Amino acid sequence: MAASVKEAQDLWLDAFLEAEQRWRDTEPARLRKLRAEAWDRFRSLGFPTTKHEEWKYTNVAPLARTAFRTAEPAEPAAGVLPDSAVARLVFVNGRFEERLSSASWPAGVRAGSLRDLSLRAVVEERLGCYARFDQHPFVALNTALFEDGAVVEIARGAVVEQPLWIIHLAVPSGQPSACHPRVLVAAGEQSQASVIELYLSAGQGIFFTNAVTELAAAQDAIIEHYRIQQEALSAYHVATVQYHQGRGASILSHNVAFGAGLARNDVNSVLDGEGAECILNGLYVAGGEQLVDNHTALDHAQPHTSSREFYKGVLDGKATGVFNGKIMVRPGAQKTDAIQSNKNLLLSPEASINTKPQLEIYADDVRCTHGATVGQLDEEAIFYFRTRGIPRDTARELLTFAFAADVLGRMKVEPVREQLERELFRRLRPSGNRGEGA
Amino acid sequence: MSTAINNIEELALREYKYGFVTEIEEETVPPGLNEDIIRTISAKKNEPEWLLEWRLRAYRHWLTMEEPKWANVHYPPIDYQAIRYYAAPKRARRPKSLDEVDPEILRTYERLGIPLREQELLAGVAVDAVFDSVSVATTFKEKLAELGIIFCSFSEAVQEHPELVRKYLGSVVPYTDNFFATLNSAVFSDGSFCYVPKGVRCPMELSTYFRINARDTGQFERTLIIADEGAYVSYLEGCTAPIRDTNQLHAAVVELIALDNAEIKYSTVQNWYPGDKEGRGGIYNFVTKRGKCLGVNSKISWTQLETGSAITWKYPSCLLIGENSVGEFYSVAVTNNRQQADTGTKMIHIGKNTRSTIVSKGISAGHGQNTYRGMVKILKTADNARNYSQCDSLLIGDKCGAHTFPYLEVKNATARVEHEATTSKIGEDQLFYCQQRGISKEDAVNLIVSGFCKQVFKELPMEFAVEAQKLLSISLEGSVG
Repeated sequence: MAASVKEAQDLWLDAFLEAEQRWRDTEPARLRKLRAEAWDRFRSLGFPTTKHEEWKYTNVAPLARTAFRTAEPAEPAAGVLPDSAVARLVFVNGRFEERLSSASWPAGVRAGSLRDLSLRAVVEERLGCYARFDQHPFVALNTALFEDGAVVEIARGAVVEQPLWIIHLAVPSGQPSACHPRVLVAAGEQSQASVIELYLSAGQGIFFTNAVTELAAAQDAIIEHYRIQQEALSAYHVATVQYHQGRGASILSHNVAFGAGLARNDVNSVLDGEGAECILNGLYVAGGEQLVDNHTALDHAQPHTSSREFYKGVLDGKATGVFNGKIMVRPGAQKTDAIQSNKNLLLSPEASINTKPQLEIYADDVRCTHGATVGQLDEEAIFYFRTRGIPRDTARELLTFAFAADVLGRMKVEPVREQLERELFRRLRPSGNRGEGA
Repeated sequence: MSTAINNIEELALREYKYGFVTEIEEETVPPGLNEDIIRTISAKKNEPEWLLEWRLRAYRHWLTMEEPKWANVHYPPIDYQAIRYYAAPKRARRPKSLDEVDPEILRTYERLGIPLREQELLAGVAVDAVFDSVSVATTFKEKLAELGIIFCSFSEAVQEHPELVRKYLGSVVPYTDNFFATLNSAVFSDGSFCYVPKGVRCPMELSTYFRINARDTGQFERTLIIADEGAYVSYLEGCTAPIRDTNQLHAAVVELIALDNAEIKYSTVQNWYPGDKEGRGGIYNFVTKRGKCLGVNSKISWTQLETGSAITWKYPSCLLIGENSVGEFYSVAVTNNRQQADTGTKMIHIGKNTRSTIVSKGISAGHGQNTYRGMVKILKTADNARNYSQCDSLLIGDKCGAHTFPYLEVKNATARVEHEATTSKIGEDQLFYCQQRGISKEDAVNLIVSGFCKQVFKELPMEFAVEAQKLLSISLEGSVG
């Protein structure tokens, strides 16, 4: 499985040539060009090393050395899709599964595979316009190699009550496989909707998910976006979410990372119009030997924009957490109001966290704050539980749950919140790798 | 409002008041850097063989290094061959007392506000004054010697206490440490040396005054302070330079060592020439400062006021090795006009129950760019480590920038680390409140700024705190809009 970097590189080249060949006749000219540019960029950037500031704490060498082949089509196992996902697009190993996806959509919504001819106009116009790949090798790789993806278009003024699900299921096979899911969401002016992206896997085997999501919210749109990642521990999961917000547009973003042996999420937003506001809400829970890395960047490009960021991490076992939150205030972006907080709970002596909140401010009439904390459960609180006859283990679970649950509390789609609360409890319960324990 | 701006702009044109040049005869070496220059410097200072070897090792290592580019500052490439690595006031021999020091130099220090003689008599501050590359006068030496405290110029220490110098030189900042520290190790000319013996509490503030005078020289001083078991010392340093339209390099190294139960308090008021309004000239202040809390219960505290220099690039750090040791960092950094500062600290927690506190205040005005870059690292061995960091930035004007890059790396679950940062401008309502009570806008801003910095200034020794306050209001004059 472990191959030389050279060998692995050759496989990426094969994959690119194959993708280029396959889509040569059907893809719009702009996308073909984009693919070629992205491939060139990936070739010159290569996989990052820990010398790269953005990848200082996340070593992707094992990923770079693995000989990944493009994931083959596979049959999804029954019962993996959540019941609550009614309006949904389903992708298995990066390919659109029409049978499992909804045929009809709520009024004002058009959704489907990006190969769907009826969505061709929006794809041609907007795909790849937001997620920049000049500095990010994984975005470049995705742009060069993506097979398929989800497109959701929300019409101007449409208020969509039903959450729209995009489910990516990875079904690994015997040998390491890679897929590059792509999502494009275009929300029209004054539209309102919730989009839920769910990443799951079924079965064992090494695989690599390299996802890119672009979400553009036009003037006064109100969008809630979920990104829930629950892949198996054999997964490498690298993802970039790029938001673009017009005047008065509001985005509430939830980023939950539970799974994957190595997970890296970049969540970025450009607040590109007065009155735009963005809330980034994030939770990462890791144990065992997981590494979970969250990078966020809020680019306040226009005056009178505001952002709030709440990221929390729970690290157990030998897990490593990384958080890097950047707030950028461009020259002239007066009256920016940005607040960021990152709180981390270390549950075991072997767990570690590297956090780097970062402010870059080029305007004066602003209010920006950030805070970061690292700590452990309050012994006195545990003692209080124990005086009431609640065992130490349960006390720890409850306190940890309480620490993490306020992130989930900001979620507005009830079934999702409830399901994640149950999942969180399940993950906190097996105290196998809890270190010194009770 | 607009008239206020006009007045303020006039104020902004105020000259840097320490920008004069002293006309004295200087003894220099030709510009450029090679092994011969290093040998010359070493020979001029009559150094022992081991020190020359050490310098040469550093130089050879330096040749293999690349200038770091990661700092958030921008400047044209430095031509290291155009710098003169040694400049000294000419004189026949070392002065035995102040009476023998060139009166021109003494006048210079008087203009800078440190009358050596007066200080000797009144202030009770022992001063070591470094003029360009060499130390010209050390006051109060005898009095300190009675207590066994060694306070002298670095060259003197090399001659008279080689065993101490050899033992500790490079033990905190090795000559391979970083590009500028390595350069300093190769060419350092002078600096201060201080050793406080076991159980002695230094009865007065020790102080060094640095001044760059000659054109095209770099100043590469080296300070080494050792506090033996149970000792205490408070050390101050101040810096100025004349106005030149070219940039001058200042790459110093400061090493502090605190043994069991010892405490070192190191305060800096840095006021190197910052360049003119357009950013011409000024000092590049690329400094490596590091303290080692080697013993149990030891404490190192850094306090700095950075108002000068075209570019400041320094991170006074603490290695907290001894159990229960404490590191502190208090900083006010001001950037006005085209000044750039990338400064902060590193707190490396190695021993158990180590604690650190970081309070950093950045003020940006004009086109100034102010960056806080700090690292708090809790290693696996550092059980129950505690850190609290606070960095606040104040922005005055819409062309300046304030940036914060804290790195928190925690590898021990018993650690408690907190970091807080805020950035804002001076509150309109605060200004209004002051003005409404008849306080002029300029005074109101000064009031608010000094309140903003109070937390740091209260850490400075009294004489310095007064000077710091004055310096701050001068640096910010004219930046209120």
